[in-house]
Amino acid sequence: MVQNFLKLEIPSKSENESLARIVISAFAAQLDPTIEEISDLKIAVSEAVTNAIIHAYDSEEGIIYIHAFLEENKLTLEVIDHGMGIEDLEQARQPLFTTKPELERSGMGFTIMESFMDKVEVESFPGQGTTVRMVKEINKNKKVQSKEG
Amino acid sequence: MEIELKLVRKNLIVRLKGELDHHTASCFREEVEREFEKEIAQNLVLNLGELTFMDSSGLGVILGRYRRITEKGGKVVVTNMQPQVERLYSLSGLQKIIPHYRREEEALRNL
Ligand SMILES: Nc1ncnc2c1ncn2[C@@H]1O[C@H](COP(=O)(O)OP(=O)(O)O)[C@@H](O)[C@H]1O
Ligand SMILES: [Mg+2]
Repeated sequence: MVQNFLKLEIPSKSENESLARIVISAFAAQLDPTIEEISDLKIAVSEAVTNAIIHAYDSEEGIIYIHAFLEENKLTLEVIDHGMGIEDLEQARQPLFTTKPELERSGMGFTIMESFMDKVEVESFPGQGTTVRMVKEINKNKKVQSKEG
Repeated sequence: MEIELKLVRKNLIVRLKGELDHHTASCFREEVEREFEKEIAQNLVLNLGELTFMDSSGLGVILGRYRRITEKGGKVVVTNMQPQVERLYSLSGLQKIIPHYRREEEALRNL
């Protein structure tokens, strides 16, 4: 059962990267996350939104959809674009792989999303767009502690 | 993001305040490039003490400066890293190529 959700539509402007981070950390606040968890969520959403701006829409204007769902202490984040899509997903997710080295991209976006979230799924259709779905359990450690105590 | 620049001998100290992401990366890049074009500074000391957020775009722009500066025989070091930034730094492998010091003075002594 989804207890709360958020749906946000923003144009692919780089100013909106910080907006997306603020909105997601405010939404997650209801779970009373740790500072580290907030920082994990901020970086993950920042990576996905930045990718939509730079890669999906190739710095042209398009719409980015950000969805967040809360079930118990599980937060699911979706970042959706209707941009160019990804031809080879496996290659795209490799650390250091980038198709835009001339823009000083580090190729670490997907690697960061994977290491700071519990689960990352990517669906992409070339010419149609990409959906990045990420899940993170909030307050994992707190829960374990209260069970033990 | 706020950028504070200070030249100490041949070392350009850059203090970053705020958030380093794709949106603010170009401002950082331009400021640093402009200073190095004057050909006075040789090395870059990057103080990240007041950086509240950084993502892979920050890694990319730091790595970009590293490439440009080392090409000309200069060095790049970072100082005052916060725990969040440090996690990113070790995950990316940047720590293997860019030395990290606790304080600016310590970095300056080692340049
Ligand atoms: N939303 C997207 N739409 C199209 N291509 C994408 C998208 N996200 C990622 N990519 C592709 O995957 C590659 C790797 O992404 P990432 O790990 O974030 O590195 P970087 O952004 O530094 O290139 C990108 O260079 C790009 O080719
Ligand atoms: Mg990226």
